Amino acid sequence: MHEMGIAMQLVEIASAAIPGDMENIQVEKVNLKLGKLSSVVPDSLRFCFEIITKETLLAGAELCIQEIEVTARCNDCNAEWTITGPAFSCEKCKSGNITIVSGQELEISSIEIADE
Amino acid sequence: MEIKVVKKVLGVNDTMAKQNRDMFTEKRVFVLNMMSSPGSGKTTLLEKTLIQIMPEIKTAVIVGDICTSNDADRLAVTGVPVVQVNTDEFGGDCHLAAHVIEKACENIDLDSIDLLIVENVGNLVCPAEFDIGEDARAVVLSVAEGEDKPLKYPLMFRKCDAAILNKTDLLPYLDYDSKQAVNNILQVHPEMPVFELSAKTGDGLESWIDWLKEYVRKKLQA
Repeated sequence: MHEMGIAMQLVEIASAAIPGDMENIQVEKVNLKLGKLSSVVPDSLRFCFEIITKETLLAGAELCIQEIEVTARCNDCNAEWTITGPAFSCEKCKSGNITIVSGQELEISSIEIADE
Repeated sequence: MEIKVVKKVLGVNDTMAKQNRDMFTEKRVFVLNMMSSPGSGKTTLLEKTLIQIMPEIKTAVIVGDICTSNDADRLAVTGVPVVQVNTDEFGGDCHLAAHVIEKACENIDLDSIDLLIVENVGNLVCPAEFDIGEDARAVVLSVAEGEDKPLKYPLMFRKCDAAILNKTDLLPYLDYDSKQAVNNILQVHPEMPVFELSAKTGDGLESWIDWLKEYVRKKLQA
């Protein structure tokens, strides 16, 4: 539902990362890490990205989304596991005292520019 | 050629949320972000809560809705300062973001209050993603919504500090399994306090209000 706003932020961050002294560049890819627990829908984000990059420096760039699994660590028994459903207690000792290690990412890792 | 960037996409919001948090700490105001689906009874719960805590805790409310000032009008009757934010001015956002809270606070005398309650836009998805600089988060669910809501919207329940199961006065008329609903909440967030109550009748309101008062007291004494 908020993918358009997020796509706009993406364009802003990616545009700012393009070196100012480069001319006629073609951005080929914007690489994004997206945690599965981030409540962002990849397809919607790609759709919004394609629309708003038209007539910008990022026109034609592909949004490459690396989806990141939700993993957790138990603070009581130190077990680590991947969460695939909505259960957030330790698989091993059933403790609820857990830390989410990954899965909430929403960050641009890099942009790729076509070589001349 | 690859250019490393490594930037959080919501970085701008997170920075502003931190500024809000610093401002609230400096002014010694406890901030509660209340979220729910539309129609869970958040505003009624707030009306009842405000009336009960008012003599003790000076409170203000920011109400977020896409449209109308209906909720703010209802809450203003209690006598607390209320600021309505309509997100259609910000593109019809489905949540309140940190910059919206900062702007709304320009209309609130933070020096004269102890507690600021933010009634977020009714939505179980997006508001969970946006830090507004709050101290605690509560999610309201009603018994008219289905026991499996916590399993369907895990991020919201994972990111909150308390859950309220509202409208328990309707239980005699529904095929609703409260125990299952609470179990589902605890599956997503095993250590979360769950308050089963009816804002309408006031039944069960006490323990929720005690929880809120305790949180406010802790912050004010910190």
